[in-house]
Amino acid sequence: MTADVPGMSEGAKVSPFRDPKVRALFFQILVIVTFLAFVYYIADNTITNLEKRGIASGFDFLSQNSGFDIGIVLFVDYNAQTSTHGDVLLIGIINTLAVSLSGIVLATIIGFVFGVLRLSNNWLVNKIASVYIEVVRNIPLLVQLLFWYLAVLLELPNVRESAKIGESIALNNRGLYFPSIVPEAGFWLIPVAFAVGIIATIFVSRWAHKRQDETGQPFPVISTGFGLILGLPIVAALVMGLPFGFEYPAMGRFNISGGWVVKPEFMALFLGLSIYTGGFIAEIVRSGINAVSHGQTEAANSLGIKPNITMRLIIIPQALRVIIPPLTSQYLNLTKNSSLATAIGYSEIVAIFAGTSLNQTGQAIEIIALTMLFYLTISLIISVFMNWYNSRIALVER
Amino acid sequence: MKKASMIAIAAAATFMAGTASAATLDDVKAKGFIQCGITTGLAGFAAPNDKGVWEGFDVDFCRAMSAAIFGDANKLKYTPTTAKERFTALQSGEIDVLARNTTWTLSRDVNLGFEFVGVNYYDGQGFMVKKSLGVSSAKELDGARVCLQSGTTTELNLADYFAAQGMKFDSVLFDTADEVREAYLKDTCDVYTTDQSGLYAQRSVVPDPDNHVVLPEVISKEPLGPLVRHGDNAWGDIARWTLNALIIAEELGVTSANVDEMKGSKNPEIQRLLGESGDLGEQLGLDAAWAYNAIKMVGNYGEIFETHLGQETPLKISRGLNQLWSKGGILYAPPAR
Repeated sequence: MTADVPGMSEGAKVSPFRDPKVRALFFQILVIVTFLAFVYYIADNTITNLEKRGIASGFDFLSQNSGFDIGIVLFVDYNAQTSTHGDVLLIGIINTLAVSLSGIVLATIIGFVFGVLRLSNNWLVNKIASVYIEVVRNIPLLVQLLFWYLAVLLELPNVRESAKIGESIALNNRGLYFPSIVPEAGFWLIPVAFAVGIIATIFVSRWAHKRQDETGQPFPVISTGFGLILGLPIVAALVMGLPFGFEYPAMGRFNISGGWVVKPEFMALFLGLSIYTGGFIAEIVRSGINAVSHGQTEAANSLGIKPNITMRLIIIPQALRVIIPPLTSQYLNLTKNSSLATAIGYSEIVAIFAGTSLNQTGQAIEIIALTMLFYLTISLIISVFMNWYNSRIALVER
Repeated sequence: MKKASMIAIAAAATFMAGTASAATLDDVKAKGFIQCGITTGLAGFAAPNDKGVWEGFDVDFCRAMSAAIFGDANKLKYTPTTAKERFTALQSGEIDVLARNTTWTLSRDVNLGFEFVGVNYYDGQGFMVKKSLGVSSAKELDGARVCLQSGTTTELNLADYFAAQGMKFDSVLFDTADEVREAYLKDTCDVYTTDQSGLYAQRSVVPDPDNHVVLPEVISKEPLGPLVRHGDNAWGDIARWTLNALIIAEELGVTSANVDEMKGSKNPEIQRLLGESGDLGEQLGLDAAWAYNAIKMVGNYGEIFETHLGQETPLKISRGLNQLWSKGGILYAPPAR
């Protein structure tokens, strides 16, 4: 209470009932208490009902044996007889990440290509791009997934009539089969060379930037980078005397076994998600490019800068500032939409963990909470990364 | 401050209300219908007919319960559930009873908090393959790709069976039986596995039933039965004894056609069952004519079986294990007295 408030002398007691500060505090406490009471009520109600119905709770089920088979398992050694529901969770996470990340990459490529094509002056190219965008954006994703799965991939030749490329690559409605690489002694040098190539490329690009800033001389970073990243592993392979063999797929009594296989359940989800999200990204890219004033292009032209350099170094960097925030939500959508896989038999977290594991153990609350926590974590990580990237490319004000 | 404490009391009172829950029978009577969980569609067991009305073996169990409770077989609402959704629907109270060819297992009975009220169909898991594969035994299925429905005991039995036989397999899981059938017909799988009754049901709706063969091996025991939530024993008793009454009626030769004459029967067992003597209905908290209504409106066990699954239907399932104990099967109901 300050003395210069009119009508209020120092030390004058205001009734706490009329004091705005006390009132504000009171209402805030009231809101918090009500909220906590609500949370307590919900939690207590749930626990009471679970006990009343004799439903077990807790996370012990994660170490129980799962006992069922999973169609697609990557990186993990899974066996129905010995693995646990915890392993199922892990596989669900890996499979979700596999399809989401690969989907994000393909959707971004599709989106950028079609976004640029949509702006083309060529009538045909322009119309093809707009038909693609309008069609995929206006058909529900689930319908598209079922289309890719049932109408495209399952209509491929059956396993006994596989389409073959040479003797070792086969395509049928159970997947795309190709030889797997079996490492032999000395194989370690190849991934090492690959990593060295990536690091070297980063250094070259920094050096090239610096040199260009100082001397104005450009340096072909992209082709050098490709050379390093692809060339070094090849050199490494030659030096070690090709330290790997191939395992070829072979037809058994029912199925092709051996080699690597991309199953139709994965392909349908991967294609469906990428093509669907790609349509949205294309519109975002187009709006981003349109947002850059045409004067920028004209200014670059009048300076004699080549059109592709204009696009790459002048238009796109400015457009990205408009593109990145909505692009982030498309990445998040794609990740979350991967849960539709349950309709087409891909083993991601909702299908196997929030599906089969939930059904076998009956612990709906724990399992759904874990699943939600996973999606939340992934979404936040993508958001944080994209926000970081967004602030990096934001207009630097000098 | 007084005003605030009044608000707090009011808020507290609002949240307190609703914690007390009534018995399921009272709830059902109050709302005037039974919410019955069934499959999303399995020919013979629960499928909508050409008028959009649900029909089938499992549906008739719910209808019998409705008849026993309300004296009207149609005071029912159906909730089609997938194999995955069914347990959560029952646990949460969304449905009152689940009659959805569900296998009775220990963990479902105990850990999931359910009460199986009996077995209305003794089944076992089998395999269906296309005849063109030339397979005659499940032991030849090493390396096959198998399509099945997720959220079932089928998944566990399949993994166990192949492990026990030392065979490998590859599985593809779908949510509904229709999706599994579609994938199987498109030949992305060699094998369709589920309970044999389900295989016969699916075979009855494919375009070329003669080209598919159900292999002779039965790899598991699948006692299918209706279930209710654990903890409301009175409701469980009604479900259990409705099922038993249908079986007892077949044992005693009481059918929907002759139930009125049978009311005058001198057989004390029949008199007790039909509510002419004794107080069995009252003990269950139902009308004395509970079993009479169920039999009259729906039929006895044998009639229900023949109507939906028997030789006159496309499924053509023989009674087998589901024949009465006195006729060579294992169907046996405790006495109603």
